[in-house]
Amino acid sequence: MLMTIVVELKDQPGQLLKALEPISRFGGNIVSVFHQRDKITPLKRIPVEITIQIDEKRVEDLIEAIRRNGVIVRSYNKVKLTATTSLLLIGHIIHTDLGDTINRIDSTGFAEVVDMHISMPQLNHPSTAMVTISATNDENLKRAIKILKQICREKDITVIEPLELQ
Amino acid sequence: MIKIAIFGFGSVGQGVAEVLLSKGDVIRRIIGDFEVVAVTDSKGGLADENGVDLAEALEIKRKRKRLPEGVTTMDVIENMDFDVGIEVTVTNIEHGEPGLTHIKGCLKRGANVITSNKGPLVVAYKELARLAEKNGARLMFEATVGGAMPIVKLVKNDLAVNEIYAIKGILNGTCNYILSRMERERLTYDQILAEAKELGIAEADPTYDVEGIDAAAKLVIIANALMDMDVKFEDVERVGITKITPEAFEVAMEKGYTIRLIAEVDKIEGILRVSPRLIPIQHPLAISGTLNAALIRTDLAGDVVVVGKGAGSKETASAIVSDLIELYRCRD
Repeated sequence: MLMTIVVELKDQPGQLLKALEPISRFGGNIVSVFHQRDKITPLKRIPVEITIQIDEKRVEDLIEAIRRNGVIVRSYNKVKLTATTSLLLIGHIIHTDLGDTINRIDSTGFAEVVDMHISMPQLNHPSTAMVTISATNDENLKRAIKILKQICREKDITVIEPLELQ
Repeated sequence: MIKIAIFGFGSVGQGVAEVLLSKGDVIRRIIGDFEVVAVTDSKGGLADENGVDLAEALEIKRKRKRLPEGVTTMDVIENMDFDVGIEVTVTNIEHGEPGLTHIKGCLKRGANVITSNKGPLVVAYKELARLAEKNGARLMFEATVGGAMPIVKLVKNDLAVNEIYAIKGILNGTCNYILSRMERERLTYDQILAEAKELGIAEADPTYDVEGIDAAAKLVIIANALMDMDVKFEDVERVGITKITPEAFEVAMEKGYTIRLIAEVDKIEGILRVSPRLIPIQHPLAISGTLNAALIRTDLAGDVVVVGKGAGSKETASAIVSDLIELYRCRD
């Protein structure tokens, strides 16, 4: 699941690490870290927006761990993915590191692979996968498709795009 | 009296001759009297200021596979008096010849041209359009895109004041036949291709169709001639249908999609490509068999969809005669 956490950090060295350390401990992937220096609080704390990819079940424990490190968590939200489309991939999908293909979409921070249906007819024959990608908006969905097409060009996988993005 | 010269006497040229014969009365009622003053092929031809006997020309061609020597296409273009040249020689999309030279020759002397030949238009549409304008002649090419499916004059006449945002279509009947058969029979690409070859739907060397080259050539004509763009064949992003598997249809169908080879030009998004696409099964472009179809996206008329036979000598002749009517209509 893609989510953003907004923490408030004191303007001192080592503060950011306190917020980030638990994320890797709970198996999260950091997508982006954005210091909102223009929104500094009256107590001189800097809001930092952290976007991560993490298993939904571990979110509450993660937030608890960040707080235990003495970091103020102002808010945390699942990123809403409003644009969705399905594409068909044909080729040696598994043998060309499917995990990497998915990860390169998920790590964009604006899109993720939300569903995949693979059909493998025979060993060493090309397989077919229907991949569903969701993104934060239409523009980002187009960007994600572009990235997927680039990955598939590298891996010699044929991409069949939908006629229109719904 | 409208004087017609036909350049190219293969299946399209013969189809045109047959329609001019069989529908001669109807055509004369609409455009007035006409006469074919020359018919040529790559080996020779027949020419007569007072009119060639088309039935005889067809007979000779069928019996001897060629027209008599002694008359050449360039002879006719340079030395005979005619109003409109019907250029239906073989397509070459790399250099456009011999059609390009024929069309230029006609336009330079102010004769109108009707063609089914994609090559010259893919290679030099803008140049030909300028040449036509300069010499007060018209270049008609309904038959180059979509065969009998009306699209060129539909956009130029009926949708004339519309801004054309995008056109997406199925412009190759062979690919559509193969894909719709794969969808229904769940056989492999190679099996259906073999069947298509046997039925004469696919050529012995199917590259031109299945790699999307033919569709890309038509897309270039659409973009340049109907959407006022300036693109080249090399600008088309192109993916063919050879890697599509029967399982792809199964997986797609579970989500309510089928797969078709779509040629798409989109001015707003800057898209120019031919590639297999997922099409919702109830979508108007989810057509089967050797049909062609196009969806035209406009500002005033909204979406307009046309469907029709994309190839065949009768069908192509229908498109060519529709151009003849457009040029010379004097009665409804």
